[in-house]
Amino acid sequence: MSNKDAYWNKTKNHMIVTLVLWAFFSLVIFMFGSELNTMSFLGYPLAYYMTAQGSLLAFVIILFWTANKQEKIDEEHGFSEREDD
Amino acid sequence: MFKGDFIQNLPKIYGTYTGGFLVFIILMALAEQAGVSAKNIGVMFVAFTVLIYALIGYLSRTIQVDAYYVAGRQVPTVFNGMATAADWMSGASFVALAGGVYFGGYTYMAFLVGWTGGYVLVATLMAPYLRKFGCYTVPDFIGTRYGGNLVRACSVFVLFIASFTYVTAQINATGTIASRALGIPFEAGVWVGLISILICSMLGGMRAVTWTQVAQYIVLIIAYLIPVFWISNNVGGGIFPHLMLGDEVARLGELEQQFGLVKNSAADMKAAGVPGGLKYISGTHSGVPEGGMAVWKYLSLAICMMVGTASLPHILMRYFTTPTVRAARKSVAWSLFFIFLLYSSAPMLATLSKLALMDPNLPTGIIGKSISEVQSIEWVQRWSEVKQVFIADFNGDGILQLNEWFMRGDVVVLATPEVAGLPFVISGLVFAGGMAAAMSTADGLVLAISNALSHDIYYKIINPKAETSKRLLVARTLLVIIGAAGAYIASFRLTSILGSVAWAFDFAMSGLFFPLVLGVWWKRATREGAIAGIMAGIISGTVYLTWVFPKFSVPIWGGVNTPFLGIDHLRFGLIGAPICLVVMVVVSLMTKEPSPATQKLVDDTRIPTGKAILGKQH
Repeated sequence: MSNKDAYWNKTKNHMIVTLVLWAFFSLVIFMFGSELNTMSFLGYPLAYYMTAQGSLLAFVIILFWTANKQEKIDEEHGFSEREDD
Repeated sequence: MFKGDFIQNLPKIYGTYTGGFLVFIILMALAEQAGVSAKNIGVMFVAFTVLIYALIGYLSRTIQVDAYYVAGRQVPTVFNGMATAADWMSGASFVALAGGVYFGGYTYMAFLVGWTGGYVLVATLMAPYLRKFGCYTVPDFIGTRYGGNLVRACSVFVLFIASFTYVTAQINATGTIASRALGIPFEAGVWVGLISILICSMLGGMRAVTWTQVAQYIVLIIAYLIPVFWISNNVGGGIFPHLMLGDEVARLGELEQQFGLVKNSAADMKAAGVPGGLKYISGTHSGVPEGGMAVWKYLSLAICMMVGTASLPHILMRYFTTPTVRAARKSVAWSLFFIFLLYSSAPMLATLSKLALMDPNLPTGIIGKSISEVQSIEWVQRWSEVKQVFIADFNGDGILQLNEWFMRGDVVVLATPEVAGLPFVISGLVFAGGMAAAMSTADGLVLAISNALSHDIYYKIINPKAETSKRLLVARTLLVIIGAAGAYIASFRLTSILGSVAWAFDFAMSGLFFPLVLGVWWKRATREGAIAGIMAGIISGTVYLTWVFPKFSVPIWGGVNTPFLGIDHLRFGLIGAPICLVVMVVVSLMTKEPSPATQKLVDDTRIPTGKAILGKQH
């Protein structure tokens, strides 16, 4: 397998992991909204907290994590751009 | 004043700008103390900020194609994040979001998840690859990847429908805010708004829009956060509301029990003469509605908004302006961070505002008081005069019940500072923030449309030999025409702000999401597949919208139809996008595999290093 193909496979897998996390915080937890709401976090009902703040924060963290991880994949395969940004 | 070039000095320039804006707020506060009228303070806030944007727009003027279309691809990560956040957060986000949460509670907050989660799709599926490609516009990518003028024209068609739906709502919002802040009629406000928008974008295209959007982000975030924190302290919500409102949310639950959540009949409301567009609280704030259908409604709305986000050209084109592919990825993360600052505050503002009005223990509480007493409150009188709030004593007991208090959603953001006893300077600041939010989004949208028409239709299809000066002249002329057309339609007030905003997402996802994703992720996708998919998606989505939306279905289909599987007019992308996918895959597999050249082009797109597919100037 060429370096390009190996790179693309890793990128694809990374994309799938990211989208699984995304689906968890955007869809899966809200399938159980009424069950989650019986629990509490910071004094808020949990489902309310997640839709008002928690999932939003999770997306921000996912995005920084995913960008850093992808940069590592770039470096491993020699596709990293020069530090000029 | 500054050494080094403009880009290196950005932190200093915007730091000075932010400091200057804070000084301006303090000066206005002093002016208020000195007896300057509330109305004049509002006028000065809007006039001062708009003049600054115009100045930035003028200083960023350009005669270069890549500066006009993609800001010369030198916008640093964090600044592009701010510009995207301003581009993204529209008048609706700023003015109507908290109001939506106020009335809709948990169910409405599917919008919050949808309008943020979509960025994960942007970052993983689209932005870095489109940046690598080196396109000027979204149709530029589709046209080059699939090859041919027809597919390019089809994607311009979808872009036009989606962005134009959105831009009328934004110009409408600038008009509303300009008319209230400046005390002029709505129709005049629309044209004032349009002129402000055009000054910011016409001379410098994307470059000017980028630097004004950063300035607008700073104004709008200050204008949103100061009142939230201040109100929280005034009504006893704690210093940091985001972490400390648990008790207040629980208290709202108790108050809902105490006052009772009553649904008014349409006939009662009509008889009492409740003005259109005003709402009352009939659902719980933090409760989750029971049942599979309620869960599906939440999820389907979130899906439409997320997928729509990842298909909206005016957002995707912001990531064409970063210096590198990795900067584009990081920039998406920064964008969402800056958006998060406002979006996570909207539910807190809604909670505080609701509590301020509902809690009888607070001096601001009005529910449960006698109606004559409430009617004598100054802010109630002022907002009643302009038909933004309304009281209907259904049971005739002279006491204001929860279901007897009506107000427009916008009032939550625009009037809560007043209700919680903040000085008027804060209301002036909120006007400036709302104006910044609406203008920045309108700028981005008008530019997205006119760039697609001038680059993809005029230059790529009609006159490929056009010289730079002629291309830019055409681009600027189209910008004015599109803006004027948007303002003209906005002045008729066709839909409420939010209805049409959601439609833009559904149109975009119906026609653009899968052609963009498959263009990068599936080499086998062919030109014929893309053309068929785009058209099948946008047509089926639009036909379904006319079928399900009563205002269209009555004249066209002769009656009101029950939404299929709960897919109503806010969610019609769930019909369009899957049809687009199926048609695109089937037709692609039936047609000949793309040429080796095209396959190589896709391979190159997937790798961050190496030359862009399209040259620096094309």
